Amino acid sequence: MKILGAGLAILMALALQTTLAGLVIRGTAAIDLVLIVVVYIALKAGPVPGLVAGTVAGLVQDALSNPILGIGGLAKTIVGFLAGVLATQFILTGPLPRLVMLVMATVVHAAIFMGLYVLLDLRQFPNPVPSVIGQALGNGFVGVVSFQLIEWLPGFVDRRRARRPLKR
Amino acid sequence: MALVDITQRPGVLLGAAILLHVVLISAQVNTGSGLPILQVVTFGAFAEVQRGTMALVAGGRNFWFGYIALHQVHLENEALKRELQTLQVRLQHEHAQAQRTDNLRQLLELRERANLDTTAADIIAASGSPEFRTVTIDKGTNDGLATDMAVISPAGVVGRVILPSRRASKVQLLIDRNAAAGALIERTRVQGVVEGFGDGSLRLEYVPGSSDVKPGDLVVTSGIDGIYPKGFVIGTIEQVGPGSGGYHQITVRPAVDFTRLEEVLVVRTPAANREAPEGKQ
Repeated sequence: MKILGAGLAILMALALQTTLAGLVIRGTAAIDLVLIVVVYIALKAGPVPGLVAGTVAGLVQDALSNPILGIGGLAKTIVGFLAGVLATQFILTGPLPRLVMLVMATVVHAAIFMGLYVLLDLRQFPNPVPSVIGQALGNGFVGVVSFQLIEWLPGFVDRRRARRPLKR
Repeated sequence: MALVDITQRPGVLLGAAILLHVVLISAQVNTGSGLPILQVVTFGAFAEVQRGTMALVAGGRNFWFGYIALHQVHLENEALKRELQTLQVRLQHEHAQAQRTDNLRQLLELRERANLDTTAADIIAASGSPEFRTVTIDKGTNDGLATDMAVISPAGVVGRVILPSRRASKVQLLIDRNAAAGALIERTRVQGVVEGFGDGSLRLEYVPGSSDVKPGDLVVTSGIDGIYPKGFVIGTIEQVGPGSGGYHQITVRPAVDFTRLEEVLVVRTPAANREAPEGKQ
């Protein structure tokens, strides 16, 4: 059930990423919704699910948008694994730790992604720092809000139901 | 079960995933030379494997052929050593035969030139005492030898027979302390007596101090002693000095190398019937 949910989340993130993200948020702060989903899975389930989620999501994302299959996958695999490891070592339930986690994950992902492209002489990234910072903050904000919503929404529904008077 | 195990080892899983991605990326990216990285890396890595395998095989082969499988080589080496020793012995024998043939040829030439009745003899023993310079030859009275017969060699005078037996004879060498022979200096015809000095050299005695004698003059037999035929080489004057009684003190170096004598001729012609040999010896 959890695997199915994770797969659906990835698919939804990919769909949103490829359709809505570019329209909603313009400029340099291109949010990576797939990365947010991978980090969330890693935080909730641990390093191995994070690794698998990162691999699958990254490869699919590469297949859809990147010229080289595997670079994004590798970056997300490592990020998912590291996020899962950190989640098992630290308490990352509050908004601030999660914001930091998402920012770090974005930076690591960007470093691996851009580093591999530059290393293989496939693409250049002139002045990447502003875009990475922007993306990190965007991912952090959207991710923290999304995480809170995902975790808050089921409880909120239950509480609403509980407040309803019983009909006799 | 294997899946459970691998999920419990996230590090291994991470390594596998990274390797998978690296391979995947390499398959799509070309190097600067235009070749796919995967192909280049795979070829390079496999070439190292091949190199290592080849080194291993070559090492094993060298070890086998260089150390283990040397039994046959050892046997062959032993056989070759034996064959070499046999050949060395044969070579020495052939060399000795050639030397002996040469000596005999010289003896034959001497015999023909001297026009004397001679018989060839082999030296079979040396003196038993260093005080006496004698040798033993393998001819005796059965071959017509008698006391005081002269013994000569292609190089010159050797000595005389002093003790003949039936099948062997003892020969007193000219360098013996008790040996003497009538001699003359070939250049000036001055006569004297050659005597052995015991140390391997000779003395030419009774040569007047007024005589013309020079180092390097050839000394030959004079024939007046009735033993040695006239005209055979005794030696070369080595040193001339003032002696006592108005005579020169003359040292003569023997023409014969007595340490290397092997074959000699024994002159059987009586002294009365002898003629001088043809030319110098």
